[in-house]
Amino acid sequence: MKLNLLIFIYIFIFFSKFTFAAENTVDPNQIHKNLRCLVCQGQSISDSNSDFAQTIKLVVKDLIDEGKTEEEIYSFMSDKYGDWIVFKPQFNIQNSLLWILPYIVLIFGGFFIFSFLKKRQ
Amino acid sequence: MLSNLGNILLFLNVILSLGIIYAANKNLKISGGVDKNIFQLSLIQSTSIIICFLVLIAAFIISDFSLITVYQNSHSLKPLFYKIAGTWGNHEGSLLLWSIILSIFSFLFLVYNKNHPKKFRLLTLIIQNILILGFLFFILFNSNPFSKISPIPSEGLGLNPILQDPALAIHPPLLYVGFVGASIYFSAAIASLITNYSEKSFSLSIKNWVLISWCFQTLGILVGSIWAYYELGWGGFWFWDPVENASLLPWFAMTALFHSLIVFEKRNLFYFWVIILCLITFTLSVTGTFLVRSGILNSVHTFASDPSRGVYILIFLSLMIFGSIFLLFQKYKKENYDLNRNSKETFVLVNNWFMMFYLITVLLGTIYPIFTDALTDNKISVGPPFYNAIIFPVVVVFLLFMALGPKAKWIKNKFENIRIYFFILTGAIGLNLAIIFFFKSYSLLSNFIIISALFLIISSLMDVAKALKKNKLDFARIISHMSFGFLVLFIGLNDIFSLEKDYNIKLGETKKFENYSIQLQNLDLKNYKNYQAVIGKLEIRNINSNQTNILNPEIRIYNKPKTLTYEAAIKTSLIKDYYLTMSNIDRSDYYNIKFQKKPLMAWIWISVIMIVVGGFIRLFSNAKNN
Amino acid sequence: MQKIIKLIILFIFLFVIGIFYVSLTRDTNYNTSSLINKETPEFKIISFDESNIYTRNDIKKNTFTLINFWASWCAPCKIEHPILMKLSQTKNLVILGINFKDKEIQAKSFLNELGNPYDLLAKDENGKQSVRFGVYGIPESILINKNLMIIKKFVGPLSFEDYNNILKIIE
Repeated sequence: MKLNLLIFIYIFIFFSKFTFAAENTVDPNQIHKNLRCLVCQGQSISDSNSDFAQTIKLVVKDLIDEGKTEEEIYSFMSDKYGDWIVFKPQFNIQNSLLWILPYIVLIFGGFFIFSFLKKRQ
Repeated sequence: MLSNLGNILLFLNVILSLGIIYAANKNLKISGGVDKNIFQLSLIQSTSIIICFLVLIAAFIISDFSLITVYQNSHSLKPLFYKIAGTWGNHEGSLLLWSIILSIFSFLFLVYNKNHPKKFRLLTLIIQNILILGFLFFILFNSNPFSKISPIPSEGLGLNPILQDPALAIHPPLLYVGFVGASIYFSAAIASLITNYSEKSFSLSIKNWVLISWCFQTLGILVGSIWAYYELGWGGFWFWDPVENASLLPWFAMTALFHSLIVFEKRNLFYFWVIILCLITFTLSVTGTFLVRSGILNSVHTFASDPSRGVYILIFLSLMIFGSIFLLFQKYKKENYDLNRNSKETFVLVNNWFMMFYLITVLLGTIYPIFTDALTDNKISVGPPFYNAIIFPVVVVFLLFMALGPKAKWIKNKFENIRIYFFILTGAIGLNLAIIFFFKSYSLLSNFIIISALFLIISSLMDVAKALKKNKLDFARIISHMSFGFLVLFIGLNDIFSLEKDYNIKLGETKKFENYSIQLQNLDLKNYKNYQAVIGKLEIRNINSNQTNILNPEIRIYNKPKTLTYEAAIKTSLIKDYYLTMSNIDRSDYYNIKFQKKPLMAWIWISVIMIVVGGFIRLFSNAKNN
Repeated sequence: MQKIIKLIILFIFLFVIGIFYVSLTRDTNYNTSSLINKETPEFKIISFDESNIYTRNDIKKNTFTLINFWASWCAPCKIEHPILMKLSQTKNLVILGINFKDKEIQAKSFLNELGNPYDLLAKDENGKQSVRFGVYGIPESILINKNLMIIKKFVGPLSFEDYNNILKIIE
């Protein structure tokens, strides 16, 4: 039984090797979706057609052409406009609780349930 | 005139609530059944608040602009349907609807729970009426829909045109039945704590109410999401916006609650946990209301907001929270469990575990910006990438548990042939590879999500097969769980196979991409009763199959109040939606068009409906068994 | 132990509600005027008459520089124009005007009509250069000192109060 499982996992990884290698290019649409349009109510750059959104789209295109990575583009934007512009908060001290607490809850909850279980089956 | 009538009815309701509390309190001390007068008072209360609401509807229908609420939210030229829907489309009117739900649930709970201890029923009634009083005071002193304005304006300011939509007309009532309905098991939980009514039968008094509120909450979220898809013009259906999150938070708590109620009912375990979930659900509803209506959050879904409302709701919320905490601290007794690792009880706890994880994640994401702003003066945004990154990897494991859990037996379960799960997994992985082979490849995480969704679907199907043989079928559970699997599957596939293109285009121009071509053939200017529209005629051609579709997106300029909206043109079919929006570019004769191909959209809606169908089936079978 | 847990729970709720209360009176509208004390970014911007290219070197030599983003189609720009005219008479301050997404003829007639306060005048036809300065809606003005540090940002039209503030800083 265990052997079967191992073979299976192996096949899966084998398949994934060539099926997942695809994405390497930076998708401007993806970046637009993760930037907030500052002059519109809560919309992203991708969803908005305001003057501001148009300009940002041009700048993002330039930055991609310059060879910047997705993360570099986000940090460029938050440098110019503040953290407010990126929908994905950076992982730093200020935001550490935001990123970590859900997982602490998950782990803590797991222990909690475990403590309810019979110690010997 | 209507204003006075409305105010009188509101006062009458205050008196009725006080009367019910007084009568119930007096009745507590006497032996015997619940006094008949209390039933009558409660019935009158529900009736009069409904009449009060009808008065407000009447004011909207006849466009009585002497009422500020009508003046601000209606217009004499508005179609009758939207005049009526406008009644609950605004803050003041919606609070009145809240009070109706609070009162009706209060009455029905009293009527339908005759088998439960009198003390418990009366106390539930008292607590519920305290909540009702809280809302009535809020309405009377802060958000009175019957407030007058003078001089009387000759015309109203109109309702936001994007709110003039049938989906949005039914969205708020559905949602309110959901999360305001949660008030009744909040009250019942408090009453149960006070009267020490912690027997199994307590679960019978609330389980149908939990189911009702859950079903309506789910439907409400669905309709809101459909509205966002059709009306906001971005082609998305979920934005992780604070307002949406506010409706999702109680949903997680409700879902956790009715799962652990099953255990409580069968095995008399987790009493305090059930109570806590009851309390949390309504507390989260009120918290959500606070976040949405006080204006401390920046949201896509503009809701007129006002800090003075915030203060009131915050006081109300604090009283609720600290009241429940003190009571809970007083009554809490440590319970010891000794569960088998492999039993239904454990799996239900696992469900609750994940629900709490989702709840904390969404709650944290929603309120974290408030904290960074208040404490460090730094405004941050928490958007879709955060939620996707935190939640989706965990969904994979969750779906697997969701498939295994219901198969486990009470107390102690023997794992049946593990080979079956292995075959299911093989099937799921095989199907996933087939999708990749025939269509396209996608990220590792998407692979896991698709596989686990398929795993849940296949194993639910096998449950059906097995249950049919034994003629013992838990349809409700199977349908809901399977549909949830389908929901995740369709959302996943939709995300993977969506196509999105953005162009600036001039009249007559054609753009080509992949195997499509798109041409702006014509622009038409039309005048309507309350707006002007620029209607585009765009032809989408699938070059491979030579199929063409004409789409007509609009740019609308409404006159009351002056707003510009963009109407998406959507061609829905069973396999895919074409979604097209067009907008003008300032100081240029180009138009910006955004074309999206969104596969399986219809199936996402259907899956959610099926999840709710499962809930209703359970509700009816409960009703039949009682 | 149980007491401590209870206290912690109480404290958490008090804290959350306290923050909610404080936030009620805070402004939820976002603007970038707090993003100061940063170095001026590198830029290369073409002069209005297209005869010259301005870079950081052109503002290095000034004691103070005010970069003002404006356009003829922007109504609030007209409101702040008299203040810019007054500022143009002060010493120690060079005003660099950046004409934002505008048409040349209209921009010229705007200046002919209301006067030209700019010591240096440049244009940014597609708005891309302005993004380097974090501009998102005009009018916006940025005050820069000798060390090329951004010391103040004004989002929206300059008011009389802003004018006094600028005078205080540059004197």
